[in-house]
Amino acid sequence: MTELLLAKLSVILDALPYILEGTLVTILTVAGSLALGFVVGVPMAVLEVYGPRWSRCLIRTYVWFFRGMPILLLLFLFYFGLFELIGLNLSTIAASCLVLGMASAAYQSQIFRGSIQSLPAGQLRAALALGMRESEGILYIVLPQALRLSIPGWSNEFSILLKDSAMCFVLGTPEIMARTHFVASRTYEHLALYLTAGVLYFCITLVGVSLLRCLERKVRIPGYASVNGSF
Amino acid sequence: MTVSLSPVLSARHISVNLGGKQILDDVSIDVSPGELKVLIGPSGAGKSTFLQCLNFLIPPDTGIISLESHEIDAKNPRALSLYRRQVGMIFQDFNLFDHLTAVDNVAIALRKVAGLSRDEARRRAMAELDRVGLSQKSGLYPAELSGGQKQRVAIARALAMDPKVMLLDEPTSALDPELVGEVLAVIRDLAAGGMTMIMATHQMDFAQALATEILFMEQGRIIEQGSPAELLAPGSGTRTGDFCRRLLDAAPAAAKD
Ligand SMILES: Nc1ncnc2c1ncn2[C@@H]1O[C@H](COP(=O)(O)OP(=O)(O)OP(=O)(O)O)[C@@H](O)[C@H]1O
Ligand SMILES: [Mg+2]
Repeated sequence: MTELLLAKLSVILDALPYILEGTLVTILTVAGSLALGFVVGVPMAVLEVYGPRWSRCLIRTYVWFFRGMPILLLLFLFYFGLFELIGLNLSTIAASCLVLGMASAAYQSQIFRGSIQSLPAGQLRAALALGMRESEGILYIVLPQALRLSIPGWSNEFSILLKDSAMCFVLGTPEIMARTHFVASRTYEHLALYLTAGVLYFCITLVGVSLLRCLERKVRIPGYASVNGSF
Repeated sequence: MTVSLSPVLSARHISVNLGGKQILDDVSIDVSPGELKVLIGPSGAGKSTFLQCLNFLIPPDTGIISLESHEIDAKNPRALSLYRRQVGMIFQDFNLFDHLTAVDNVAIALRKVAGLSRDEARRRAMAELDRVGLSQKSGLYPAELSGGQKQRVAIARALAMDPKVMLLDEPTSALDPELVGEVLAVIRDLAAGGMTMIMATHQMDFAQALATEILFMEQGRIIEQGSPAELLAPGSGTRTGDFCRRLLDAAPAAAKD
């Protein structure tokens, strides 16, 4: 019995450096996608709330498209379909970031839109009354508040995206899932190896969510309910 | 003294239709330097709408607004921004920027609109807070201030832009009775200092004592206007007089609960 466990342990230990390298790829992919989703999602949210009618239609169509399709399908569609067609030659990691990022932008834009619309209209009105342009009011008054409110929703998006990133293994992206699958199919230690991969995802989620909670506490506006439940 | 005769702010024939309802119907006003015009009238008369029209927060459908005889072209963003800097606005519900401390609430427009450096803006903001008696509270966030203190920060914030005229929309009506006095005292100081103001209020004692003119609004029109003495004289039989007596009758009842 102990021998068997030791054997399994040694398989895990042997595979661990290889899989841990995949952890870096996973983190890189998730960070890249989240960043792209943020950079695209924020302007999308702003335009959806304050922009002209045509921009609102455009954004709603975009959101509808990316939220309406499975990540797996989007990966195939873009990597093997569109990127191939237009001759875009990307590394698997870059392609993963791009596809996940575009999808995440759709989700993130709706997180930010919700926060923007939850602010009292008087905030922007007061900014305009002081002579700020609408763009300045949005930049200096609306977004700093809306982004704070978005952290819990964003933390959710992070944990979902982290797990979606496992899909990128179908492109051959050398992340946790792909590497675990590779080792497992050779050693047949499925249970032990996938459990190890699960623990890694679990740890990344824990660290990421804790960091975001720290951030939330750090930028908390005094006088508002705190994350600890104390007032 | 020709300067004092020409109005600081003039609005002619302002009409607004919102959702198919005529909210303002041909309203005009002229304010000369140092004047305090008081808008009164029943709830829903259009006082807030009118004040917001005056700085284009609600764009009027028709009408002309001029500052010191220059007609404002609200289509031009630069002109509009410049105009709004010169027209301070005080809201019923304060609208302080919730994520900024008192001093940053005052400083932000100084930096981003007036183009002052961080230090200059801070210094000026502290001076304005001092003027409304709040230099001790400069580091507090809006949620940590009382209603009266919030409104005084809002006044400091508007004053920091050196406005030529101030629009005040029921600045004390969201306040607990014991906090009304501190805000009215600040406004009284402004009036004494020669600030030009248009103020919607239900504080009739205040209006009677300080208004250069009272305008009575109802259903989107100004139906009476004149000095407090004319409109509020006992037996004058004006709608304004009626309205005020009803307010005063209601006041003791409201104070009881
Ligand atoms: N966006 C809008 N669409 C349609 N009607 C509106 C809108 N905003 C205000 N109104 C209506 O315009 C009228 C005037 O409102 P306003 O807030 O200007 O009145 P007010 O004189 O300031 O009243 P109060 O003393 O209660 O503050 C009201 O009947 C109100 O219902
Ligand atoms: Mg009102």
